[in-house]
Amino acid sequence: MSNLLSVVTFLPLVGALLIAFLNKDANGNARWIALWTTIITFLISTLIWWNFDKSTAGFQFVEEYAWLGPLKYKMGVDGISMLFVILTTFLMPITILASWESVEHRIKEYMIAFLVLETLMLGVFCALDIVLFYLFFEAGLIPMFLIIGVWGGKRRVYASFKFFLYTLLGSVLMLLAMMAMYWHAGTTDIPTLLATKFPADMQWWLWLAFFASFAVKMPMWPVHTWLPDAHVEAPTGGSVILAAILLKMGGYGFLRFSLPMFPIASEQLAPLVFTLSIVAIIYTSLVALVQEDIKKLIAYSSIAHMGYVTMGIFTASQQGVDGAIFQMLSHGIVSAALFLCVGVVYDRMHTREISAYGGIVERMPKYAFAFMIFTMANVGLPGTSGFIGEFLTLLAAFKANTWVAIFATLGVILSAAYALYLYRRVVFGELVKPSLKALLDLSPREVAILAPLVILTIFYGVYPAPVLDVTAASVKNLVQNYEAAVKPAAALLAP
Amino acid sequence: MDFSLFAPVVPELILALGALALLMVGAFSRDGVVAGRVTAWLAIAVLLTAAVYAASSASGLVFEGAFVSDGLTRFLKVLVLIAAALTLLLTFDDFGRARVMLFEYPVLVLLATLGMMMMISANDLIALYLGLELQSLALYVIAAFKRDDVKSSEAGLKYFVLGALSSGMLLYGASMLYGVTGSTGYGAIATAMKTAGMTANIGLIVGLVFVLVGLAFKISAVPFHMWTPDVYEGAPTPVTAFFAGAPKVAAMALLLRFTQGALPDASVQWQQIIIFLSIASMVLGAFAAIGQTNIKRLMAFSSIGHVGFALVGLAANNAEGTAGVLIYLSIYVAMTLGTFACILSMRRGDKNIEDISELAGLAKTDLRLAAILALLMFSLAGIPPLAGFWAKWYAFLPAIKAGLYPLAIIGVVASVIGAFYYLRIIKVMFFDEAAAPFEPVEAKALVVMALSAVFVLLFVLPFIGGALTDAATAAAASLAPAVR
Repeated sequence: MSNLLSVVTFLPLVGALLIAFLNKDANGNARWIALWTTIITFLISTLIWWNFDKSTAGFQFVEEYAWLGPLKYKMGVDGISMLFVILTTFLMPITILASWESVEHRIKEYMIAFLVLETLMLGVFCALDIVLFYLFFEAGLIPMFLIIGVWGGKRRVYASFKFFLYTLLGSVLMLLAMMAMYWHAGTTDIPTLLATKFPADMQWWLWLAFFASFAVKMPMWPVHTWLPDAHVEAPTGGSVILAAILLKMGGYGFLRFSLPMFPIASEQLAPLVFTLSIVAIIYTSLVALVQEDIKKLIAYSSIAHMGYVTMGIFTASQQGVDGAIFQMLSHGIVSAALFLCVGVVYDRMHTREISAYGGIVERMPKYAFAFMIFTMANVGLPGTSGFIGEFLTLLAAFKANTWVAIFATLGVILSAAYALYLYRRVVFGELVKPSLKALLDLSPREVAILAPLVILTIFYGVYPAPVLDVTAASVKNLVQNYEAAVKPAAALLAP
Repeated sequence: MDFSLFAPVVPELILALGALALLMVGAFSRDGVVAGRVTAWLAIAVLLTAAVYAASSASGLVFEGAFVSDGLTRFLKVLVLIAAALTLLLTFDDFGRARVMLFEYPVLVLLATLGMMMMISANDLIALYLGLELQSLALYVIAAFKRDDVKSSEAGLKYFVLGALSSGMLLYGASMLYGVTGSTGYGAIATAMKTAGMTANIGLIVGLVFVLVGLAFKISAVPFHMWTPDVYEGAPTPVTAFFAGAPKVAAMALLLRFTQGALPDASVQWQQIIIFLSIASMVLGAFAAIGQTNIKRLMAFSSIGHVGFALVGLAANNAEGTAGVLIYLSIYVAMTLGTFACILSMRRGDKNIEDISELAGLAKTDLRLAAILALLMFSLAGIPPLAGFWAKWYAFLPAIKAGLYPLAIIGVVASVIGAFYYLRIIKVMFFDEAAAPFEPVEAKALVVMALSAVFVLLFVLPFIGGALTDAATAAAASLAPAVR
């Protein structure tokens, strides 16, 4: 019981080793082992959720072992990280299933890359030592680089290099900041660092260094340009993981480090974040409107949605942070589903050009239904999970700065425009293109992939409490500590 | 006569006597090819025996304080000896094919290694020079060991001319230091430095600069790196593997003890030089490697960059920094040896391939080799959780403690630029269409490769990384300002 987090984190790695030692032609086995590994990982992770104590803000399931010198191998979850763990383990079997037939060569290596990636992603959310966190955070680049580069589309080399170098450049500055924190606090332990009060001028530099890393990962305007390329070139499974989980690492980082550890800097630099968030929301929504490639459109919409997350986080209020977390989870489900939907038609038609489609509702009614649910959730229609997050973050932004809320709300309109425009061009209209006439509707496998996502999208849209209950205590604690740290500083500045 | 006096020099004696004995074995044997192989195996045995003794050699000062043995020297000597033994292991097949597996080669390697051991233990400017020259002269010869090969001869000559120039500068600087302080011993120099006004003495500064220039040549730090790409490319690949590892360690050892042992009070003066060398090496190593098409030249620029990173630890001028240098060197040597084992495995027929583009699609033709080389490239780029990341962690950590923020920021940015060319090799192997396959990997190269890959991959575990860092920290603690 006590090592549950490590078991969940490293089980996929065990699965990867198992596949690695299979003989060369066992590609079918590789699929099944990967699927079962991810399913078992998910089941064990639900055990953690089941036993999770919602009433406390502290870290739970904590494990601590000596590691290298002063560094500790320390794992634990709180209300903020808990749900990301579940999101990751939940989406992995779906991703594996989605790659069942669309990946045709080097299946064994593909499955190994995904399982290793799962271990690293789970590690990011569970790590309670900054060096351990960095290790998982950064190591994830290796499998993702290979996934884009080996199984990607035509411009995969360009996209994989851009993804890797962009993210690495952001992260190394964070590494230096971590070193400075170590020398200041004498430890790399996250709970201790959360209680450490860094001097205000030091907070500035540390905040900026962490921001460099998380803003790229998120990604925030203007360092978002790697994402559309990476999404377009990555295979469907890669896009799903990239959008659903890897982007959330940025938001998680803001919540785990920037906001609680550097509250004074966060308060002072919040206007910067608000500005960038609004530019992201409006600008990337406009860019999304003119895209000709379905995946690129969804990629830009992801950037816009992440704008709400950063905006919500730096309002540093209960609603804002709750909303940001909810938005991240909802976007995790919805964007994953949208990329899976793209994958479904791509597997049949081998093109992602919007103009190549039209009227496919006549041939694929089930597909059209699922795609509609996700489109609505992407727009943020009440009754879908997309609404809750956007509403809460806008609510918080309105309280923090009315102008920010006004501009961000404009983005909601724009998101409706591009999402519905996409839906109309792909699904509705006359079915005139001869190539589309032979389309088949969703196979049972594809239904099995999309059905749980449809259910969750609507369930959390109607009843968000299961998520908000888990986060409540930790977020409350975070906001209280933040306010306690900011108030004396503000009092000092006031005349 | 009291033989216990020689206790600290037992490993050196083993090497010296071993080299002489092997010379006899070679000289009196009839079959040259057999003699070559036998002496090589015996040389490996001598190196490993010396390593066992070096690991536990007695501490102390001998030869009137010119030769020091302490925790630091033990750590570095074991590293140098293991690196030399493994590179010797890589020599057999390659030299056998080129018909140059002669008995002189292992003997020269032993003598060069003996020189390095002297360098590591040097506690006196004259001892420093003796060790350096013994090493260098042996290295000049083995660079030109494929004597029918024009490139190899050119490499040997180039190395000799530039090496001699740097030795001259070093000697000139040493004479200045002697003139100013009245002694060649580190202890006496350190004591003389305590005299008022000494650290600002122009003679001392000129001497310091010249000695550092000489040493910068040996570790191929920018701007004294010009010889490196040509020599790396021209020398036979097993020799390049040797050059890239052990001699760098020994020369860094000289720098460590010369700066922190002999001139602790002139730290302001030498620190700025080291910082400059470090930045210049990191940046040039990163940028110049991008355009390379020959993998040996690429590794030359990579080694220049890595020397820059190791110097970051030295620039910090604290105990953590010294430990950082030791950890960096250990990891660097492990990665480099593995990489050269891979490069040696790039063969079609009897011909060695050095073009990066020829690696195309290696993942399809030999996944094992491609995976190991990719692992080493990611590690050289400094991506966690591989060993290369920890090398950078332990090098930059002390620099942050010492407040050298610009150095650290330039360093990590250079490492990102450097990552580009390591990634390019992975891209060629994994993303490109397959070229013709290579010959199967030979057993000896595979051993080195596997050792290196396992080390790089599992460094993150406490019993490898933890043990190494603990040993390095303990070793670094023994480096104190020299006393008379």
